[in-house]
Amino acid sequence: MARAIFSIWRGDQSGGAMQDYVTEVSEGMVVLDAVHQIQAESAHDLAVRWNCKAGKCGSCSAEVNGKPRLMCMTRLSDLPLDEPVTIEPMQAFPSIRDLVTDVSWNFEVKTKIKKFTPRPPDAADGTWRIAQEDVERVQEFRKCIECFLCQDVCHVLRDHHLHDAFIGPRFLVYTAALEMHPLDVEDRLADLKEAHGVGYCNITKCCTKSCPEHITITDNAIIPLKERVVDRFYDPVRRLLRVFQG
Amino acid sequence: MSDYQTHQYDVLVIGAGGAGLRAAIEASGAGVSVGVICKSLLGKAHTVMAEGGIAAAMANVDDRDGWQVHFADTMRGGQYVNNARMAEIHAKEAPERVRELEAWGALFDRTKDGRILQRNFGGHRYPRLAHVGDRTGLELIRTLQDHGIHQGIQFHMECTVTRLLQDGDRVVGAFGYDREKGRFRVFTAKAVILATGGIGRAYAVTSNSWEYTGDGHALAYHAGADLIDMEFVQFHPTGMVWPPSVRGILVTEGVRGEGGVLRNSAGQRFMFDHIPDNYKPQTADNEDEGWRYCQGDKAARRPPELLTRDHVARCIVREIREGRGSPHGGVFLDISWIKAHVPDGEAHIRKKLPSMYHQFKELAGIDITKEPMEVGPTTHYAMGGVRVDAETQMSSVPGLFAAGECAAGLHGANRLGGNSLSDLLVFGKRAGEHAALYAKRTTQGEVDGGVLDRTAAEALAPIERQGAANAESNPFAIQHELQEAMQRLVGIVRLESEMREAVTVIAGLAERARRVSAPGNREYNPGWHTALDLDNLLTVSEAVTLAAIERKESRGAQFREDYQEKSSVEGQVTIVIRKAGDGTMRVTRETLPPLSPEHQAIIDANTA
Ligand code: SF4
Ligand code: SF4
Ligand code: FES
Repeated sequence: MARAIFSIWRGDQSGGAMQDYVTEVSEGMVVLDAVHQIQAESAHDLAVRWNCKAGKCGSCSAEVNGKPRLMCMTRLSDLPLDEPVTIEPMQAFPSIRDLVTDVSWNFEVKTKIKKFTPRPPDAADGTWRIAQEDVERVQEFRKCIECFLCQDVCHVLRDHHLHDAFIGPRFLVYTAALEMHPLDVEDRLADLKEAHGVGYCNITKCCTKSCPEHITITDNAIIPLKERVVDRFYDPVRRLLRVFQG
Repeated sequence: MSDYQTHQYDVLVIGAGGAGLRAAIEASGAGVSVGVICKSLLGKAHTVMAEGGIAAAMANVDDRDGWQVHFADTMRGGQYVNNARMAEIHAKEAPERVRELEAWGALFDRTKDGRILQRNFGGHRYPRLAHVGDRTGLELIRTLQDHGIHQGIQFHMECTVTRLLQDGDRVVGAFGYDREKGRFRVFTAKAVILATGGIGRAYAVTSNSWEYTGDGHALAYHAGADLIDMEFVQFHPTGMVWPPSVRGILVTEGVRGEGGVLRNSAGQRFMFDHIPDNYKPQTADNEDEGWRYCQGDKAARRPPELLTRDHVARCIVREIREGRGSPHGGVFLDISWIKAHVPDGEAHIRKKLPSMYHQFKELAGIDITKEPMEVGPTTHYAMGGVRVDAETQMSSVPGLFAAGECAAGLHGANRLGGNSLSDLLVFGKRAGEHAALYAKRTTQGEVDGGVLDRTAAEALAPIERQGAANAESNPFAIQHELQEAMQRLVGIVRLESEMREAVTVIAGLAERARRVSAPGNREYNPGWHTALDLDNLLTVSEAVTLAAIERKESRGAQFREDYQEKSSVEGQVTIVIRKAGDGTMRVTRETLPPLSPEHQAIIDANTA
């Protein structure tokens, strides 16, 4: 069996450092397996979040060799093992301990987005009729597993720390899912423009590249939202129309 | 008491999967204050893993369906040791619970006329599962989460309960710690709902995540509640078997619903070899008919791959034991063959089973549109759990309710696929409703400060013992040995002598667990958390083993090599686990109430 070196960030809010661990590597192993193995063998208190180990819950986000990854979906066979594999926590959120970060901000942001509000039911029995293609239009956004990797890489949050002014790509995807939901009648455009800061996004597409669910965050969610905001608030013809319509 | 962070609610919900969230939404809607404690972050619970769908007799696809048929299917699947009243309530209320999810924003796949589409699943007579591709669980939990956060519910994320607090018999709160800092927390409440899910982590090969350590089962047991049906542990027939690091991860039954077939190393569809008599009239006897069924031909009967999970799992074990398994100790599950029979085959498979495609591609390097998967049984679900009242979900202890997987009764000896998500919704709602009613009738109880101090001291002991860290006292090693023993000795095929051995092993591990040590401090320390979960895992393992020894027959998920047949005597018995006055675990047998004539008539009319 081969052995490999894993260089893992250990520490908390007050600081920390990379620490090397050596462990056996076997066929099919993912980064999370290596972390667990190290935890069971030599670092019982090595803090890490995980649940499903199948890329479905979005708990195990970290930066592996500097790249935003789900540890449970990153196979060691895809990494060069002749040099240490570095594993660090997400950088856009405060540290709790080791690989675990404080992502509670994300949960607070979500509560500020106006909730789903359906149109009145279509049928007398209180149900709706929806075409499959209308369902499919938003399914891409609803695949989101809330791993927050896109939030981690977005420079508006990561480098400029504008957490108070910008909700980040995850919640633009969430807003898009609501806005394009075939039943929803709520209006979130004013919030998007002001409190949620859609304008801060300058379409670098880093979020799209990092999404483990392959959601085309920028092109399919953010740009259409930006267009709706522009149509509403900046389009002169529309604005004129609104004046006439009172 | 001043040393602890305290929180007071009318209703406290422990667990934030489907059942816990649904309960919390209902209770807060009834106007009481609600707190929810979850071991992980919100929205990460095991419910996200559910793939197939929610069983509800809405009859959108086949109008012959109705609650009676769903009830009869559930009873037959459970081999008639289910709580019939729960099965009736479940079948009647599931459609309304699904429609309500849609009103809260869930988007299900549609029929041609725009209604909720339903798919075939093992043991369900008609297409019955509302679904969204193969990520229905994610849709369900996200819908409840996104609805719930606007209901004034207080969430305590990454917080674990180690003990229920009692005033006399009555449960009046819970004691736990938060992972982040390891601070102790005291929750007082007029009613407590357990919604902690399953016990899969007691086994080495499981589809369950680290959270599923039987917490609710053990908390209820120590508070004096009855546990029933603990011998019935479902081994899902299709888990991944290769590579080793993904062993146990679920492969949805939806693969078989879409036409996936099981083959042994000789290429035979071995499921045709042994079809149980009571399912013969509804099961295809040739490959062509089975395929027509998967394509929605109402005149066709279902392929034998869609027989109940207990049966399919045993057939797979038989093939493996008799030397006809796949290279890595499983059998083959092939969906790629349907390519030739549907237009645009590969795209069709990817569209119907997107997360399965993704999962095999990324974790095993296998393209399921081109090659068969290797699969084998994995520990999946506990039918057994806290005994509850069918109407209210209250346990045998006042003030303590349970819903979802940690409660027992609905599924009997074997759960049908799809009946779990509907269970969560139907009984989660009922638990929330009745816990709120109960809370309105009662006052907050008294919590004994001495108990809190003792509980805190016990919880801290592993950290204080850290000087002596070695393999004997390593929490991960103890957990691992327990999992290996349960897998080997109390698995799919059971034998009294092996289970007796398991009892001895569990006792030895329990002794070691009393000396477990967890190096490090209290802040987000997984070694400490694992040490604190051990007691729950050991408690449920003992309960499963003792109940399995007591049931001297093979029924549903329980297969005894020494009692291979069903017994009419045992079929009228419920095995009850209870904590005796001296602290030992007691097993008793109770006679099941006979089926009412009405229930019997529905079953007779629908299982022909
Ligand atoms: S495209 Fe926008 S949201 Fe995405 S990373 Fe770039 S700036 Fe952030
Ligand atoms: S959009 Fe993608 S990257 Fe962002 S949280 Fe969701 S799944 Fe993760
Ligand atoms: S553990 Fe669930 S996504 Fe990695």
